[in-house]
Amino acid sequence: MQNSTSWRSFRMAAWLGWVIESNWTDPFLFAVYSIVKPISGAAILVVMYGIISGGNFDTPLFPYIYLGNAFYIYVGAVMTGVSWAVVDDREHYKTLKYMYIAPINIPIYLLGRGVARFITGSIAVVITIAAGIWFLNVNINFAEVDWLLFIVTLIVGVVMLALLGLLLAGVTLTVARHEGFIGEATAGALYIFSGAIFPLDVLPAWLRPIGYFMPTTYWLELLRRSLVGNVAAAFPTLANFSDLQILGIMVGLSIFFGTISIWVFRWCDKFARERGLIDRTTNY
Amino acid sequence: MSASFAIETNDLGRIYKLRGSKKEKRKELVALQNVNLTVERGELFGLLGPNGAGKTTLIKVLTTLLSPTSGWARVAGLDVHAEPEVVRPKINMVSGGESSGYGLLTVRENLWMFSQFYGVPSKEANERIEALLEMVGMKDRMHTKSSDLSTGLRQKMNIVRGFLTEPEVLFLDEPTLGLDVGAMRDVRKFILDWLKADEERTLLLTTHYMAEAEELCDRVAIINKGRVLACDTPTALKQGLQKDALFEIEVSPLNGLTQQNLLDQPEVTKAAVTETETGAKLSLSLVEESALARVINLFTQKEVKVMNLTKRQPTLEDVFVDLVGRSMAEEEEHGSGE
Repeated sequence: MQNSTSWRSFRMAAWLGWVIESNWTDPFLFAVYSIVKPISGAAILVVMYGIISGGNFDTPLFPYIYLGNAFYIYVGAVMTGVSWAVVDDREHYKTLKYMYIAPINIPIYLLGRGVARFITGSIAVVITIAAGIWFLNVNINFAEVDWLLFIVTLIVGVVMLALLGLLLAGVTLTVARHEGFIGEATAGALYIFSGAIFPLDVLPAWLRPIGYFMPTTYWLELLRRSLVGNVAAAFPTLANFSDLQILGIMVGLSIFFGTISIWVFRWCDKFARERGLIDRTTNY
Repeated sequence: MSASFAIETNDLGRIYKLRGSKKEKRKELVALQNVNLTVERGELFGLLGPNGAGKTTLIKVLTTLLSPTSGWARVAGLDVHAEPEVVRPKINMVSGGESSGYGLLTVRENLWMFSQFYGVPSKEANERIEALLEMVGMKDRMHTKSSDLSTGLRQKMNIVRGFLTEPEVLFLDEPTLGLDVGAMRDVRKFILDWLKADEERTLLLTTHYMAEAEELCDRVAIINKGRVLACDTPTALKQGLQKDALFEIEVSPLNGLTQQNLLDQPEVTKAAVTETETGAKLSLSLVEESALARVINLFTQKEVKVMNLTKRQPTLEDVFVDLVGRSMAEEEEHGSGE
């Protein structure tokens, strides 16, 4: 019974999320948006890098930045995909209360709502990387890619991001005024501390521990290592750790943050029920 | 014994802590106070009260959306606070006066999706959707995106959503709010037909329309400022006032006649004066019919001319006035804040 409830919640939430995500405009515009948005994001970074480096795209730093930025799309997409469902259902569609009184598993429902953003995020990641390979000489030798490491890392990372999204969803339930910015603010903070666009060594020594505590740091490192091992090895931050060690750290931190996320969501859910916040519409 | 009730509350209370400005202390708003109610299975039970009386708060507690701050409530024999997961498959709710639903989805998709959350097999769900939309006169709009529906049609769609899962206990919070007269009539008929189809179905309806409560409900609880003031059948509630004779009198001109002048008459228990363009409309409650002669005598002294005089049966509005001391509209003007 519990399994069927959870599966039902996840399956229908994923369907709903996809219908919302893919139907907000006509298919042509959606396709254009899906291509133009990630390429524009990458182009901004490439231009900035080009100016700073004097047009030197052959150093290991460029693929490091480019791939970090490309995979970072998942962080915003999956995390906010889960947490934004609270804002969307409560404020926009005014259906959150009906979801809450339905016999579904609410955390699983919210995770399901993130699936659509994961799919559109994946499209954006693939387009960004393809554009890098074709137009910017990002050199990925597919014969040398460690596919097992890549797939395992991607799956663990996406699950970890979805659980972090659940944490944000819980916080979103309890706040009103800034609920729309929580996901963006968190994704922005992680961007700095996860080594997405520069190695952690660039940060002041006293700020680096924040990055070492973030599972996203190890996730991005492993993704780079699995795709372009030689480039990742050129940076000292995690050079002393083997792939397996980094995977172990990432899984450990993911379990830690995942447990905290579930606990925080449950607490926030109880708090929201006590304060009468489930069906609150703020008109902010 | 408790399991025989569809709904049961015991000293149920709910206090909201309101945030004011940062400097101010948090205020407390008592939304529900010692509410004791029992609703039998198969009953259509009405909660009647002005805006801010606590009706919606009570529904939120009973539908597991809000925790009570004192007392307990059971729905279908289950504690709503301790066992919300077990209560939810047995209930559903519709709130009136709001445009909820996923605008990008068609009417059928919206309804089908919610049916799936309740585990209704897809084929059966589609059959129910078609039948229910037919009943509310919306079958031709089944494939319309809900964003393209008028407010009234969207509300009808939501009403269907509530009934679609065939709940044991259905909560309708002001279901006809904002609907035009025709749509209101359709919805009321739909509610009665749905209840007739299965004697075990229970429905709790909140409204501030007296006529709706009188027309639909087996029993009515009158609620104001979080307290249940009376609970009985509409007929019994009105019969409680039958000891008084009620008169509506149109007079012209008013000539300085005041409510107090009327209340000063020993046999007048209640009086309301509503000024009109030509004079005034008086609502009087008299200890006995014969007291009318003394009231007419007062009119003669004041040179007030009687244009029309009607003796009428008491309504639930009179019951409310009797309990609260003023009409529901006046009570809403004073505001109790839900």
